[in-house]
Amino acid sequence: MIELQHLVKRYGDKTAVDDLHFTVKPGVVTGFLGPNGAGKSTTMRMILGLDAPTSGSVTVNGKRYSQHAAPLQEVGALLEARSIHPGRSAYNHLLALALTHGIPRRRVDEVIELTGLAKVAKKRAGAFSLGMGQRLGIAAALLGDPQTIMLDEPVNGLDPEGVLWIRTLLTDLAEQGRTVFVSSHLMSEMALTATNLVIIGRGRLMADTTVAGFIDQAGGDSVKVVSADSARLRELLLGPDVTVTGEAGSETLAVSGLSARQIGQTAADAGIAVFELTPQAVSLEEAFMTLTGDTVEYRSNAGSASHAGAPEGSVAA
Amino acid sequence: MSTTLTATEAAAPAKRAEYKVTFARVVRSEWSKFLSLRSTWITLAVAALLLVGIGIMGAYRYDPTALRGPSADAHDAVTIALRSTELAQLALGVLGVLATAGEYTTGLIRSTLAAVPKRLPVLGAKVLVYFGVVLVVATAGAFLSFLGGEPFLHGKAIALTLSSSGVLRCLFGAGLYLALIAVLGAALGMLVRSVAGGISLLVVLLMLLPVFLDILPSSWKPDVSPYLPGLEGGAGGSIIALHQESGTLSPGAGLAVLCAWVVAALIGAAYRLLRSDS
Ligand SMILES: Nc1ncnc2c1ncn2[C@@H]1O[C@H](COP(=O)(O)OP(=O)(O)O)[C@@H](O)[C@H]1O
Ligand SMILES: [Mg+2]
Repeated sequence: MIELQHLVKRYGDKTAVDDLHFTVKPGVVTGFLGPNGAGKSTTMRMILGLDAPTSGSVTVNGKRYSQHAAPLQEVGALLEARSIHPGRSAYNHLLALALTHGIPRRRVDEVIELTGLAKVAKKRAGAFSLGMGQRLGIAAALLGDPQTIMLDEPVNGLDPEGVLWIRTLLTDLAEQGRTVFVSSHLMSEMALTATNLVIIGRGRLMADTTVAGFIDQAGGDSVKVVSADSARLRELLLGPDVTVTGEAGSETLAVSGLSARQIGQTAADAGIAVFELTPQAVSLEEAFMTLTGDTVEYRSNAGSASHAGAPEGSVAA
Repeated sequence: MSTTLTATEAAAPAKRAEYKVTFARVVRSEWSKFLSLRSTWITLAVAALLLVGIGIMGAYRYDPTALRGPSADAHDAVTIALRSTELAQLALGVLGVLATAGEYTTGLIRSTLAAVPKRLPVLGAKVLVYFGVVLVVATAGAFLSFLGGEPFLHGKAIALTLSSSGVLRCLFGAGLYLALIAVLGAALGMLVRSVAGGISLLVVLLMLLPVFLDILPSSWKPDVSPYLPGLEGGAGGSIIALHQESGTLSPGAGLAVLCAWVVAALIGAAYRLLRSDS
């Protein structure tokens, strides 16, 4: 459980985090979404007490992070910036952290095994690839067997296998009843992992919702149906939680709340010829950008103002 | 994913262990950090080599008839043995700077403070570890330097033995001086959070300030110089010199002044550590 109370952080006259107020609940994965520069990393540093809030406060499992007797057992965090001495081996890095808490060496070996670092554990961390560095950061996050796991852009630099591994890991951790808080600047990534969704833009809270709720709000998933008798098909399809829209006299309908398969079956049973049946996935990325569009940071390169959250690798969900 | 399952089972909340941060554990952690970096070993080895090597070389090349050079202003065997302190202090001061500023330049400090969010224990543990290690290594080095040079000076006017009056005090003093310089380096490194900045500050304090005093009105120098931390006419010099030159402090007063410098730097470091974002 992470509770933010009107959290504000200013760097000089730049407001990085502006009155954030929300709660991250246990048992589900909560996605923390925002364009680059929105204030996600700053918020996470404040949760760990690395940066002091300008005003407001944040507690983890009921207390300020620094007030816990065994902080690594409360929150395990992967920060965005590298937090490792390149000259030390992965094993020794983890061991040094473990020693502060009296965490046994057995547990160090365990997290090394779990994160797939066994082969490189004795190598200097400075020689690690970005992906290996991420895995080491995640190993450190899991070290104290924490109740709350907080990862800042964990899939950065990971290969597809690693991305899949993270998703499974996060879901497993949440299923065990832990609080899982993961940031990303990609909506598509969050849609695949998260249940709850906190969206920020330029330090401000834009939405505190669920992925399902966000999809609904964005228009939901609908299916385009072109048929010979759209008036009759509409009658057959309508029901609780199903909406059908389409202009009178047109052959085309937009149906949400039913799958293409269900619609096709209904039409076939009624003997209605169907000419087209196309699932229309809402582009979550677009919906996200619409929501945060006017809050993205503009690069200071005069003239060529471009969206920081622009669609590099954005995928329609 | 079978690995995920086993490890998360092992981490099941039902059988959660009771962990706790204690100062002793933070010290153990810092000790392990110290042992696990090659750069600290190299720096320490260089310092020890300088300390012993230059000391013995000075004795070997000692020429009582020289009118100029190191031999001419060496009044006793201890001065020859400990002349190397001047160079060793830089290596050991740098060792201290790396211990703290190195955490900031690499970003490790974020991991460290996430584990020990009360922060001050980290500074305390580093001070303890580096003070302890350098005290042992530098004291051993000072003795080796003296004992290794002894045969070469045997029978000469400046020869001394361990049992000569004041010799033990000087050798232990050199170990203590160097250990305090390592702590000073650590404090400065944490204060400025940059390796280059920390080393610069150290060099200014230990070596440049005495030179700088020469440009000031000459009447100031006798009043200020003994209270500088370094060796050249400063508090450090009083600690390791066999015979106090006129105008310098007694060994005890010198030690007190040096400690005051170190404590002041530590207070600054602690303030910055507690107050600034990491
Ligand atoms: N230490 C700092 N000093 C000054 N500005 C900062 C600092 N950290 C972050 N910022 C600014 O605060 C804003 C939010 O940054 P950040 O939290 O890194 O965003 P995100 O993680 O969402 O990409 C950015 O405009 C960034 O430039
Ligand atoms: Mg970030």
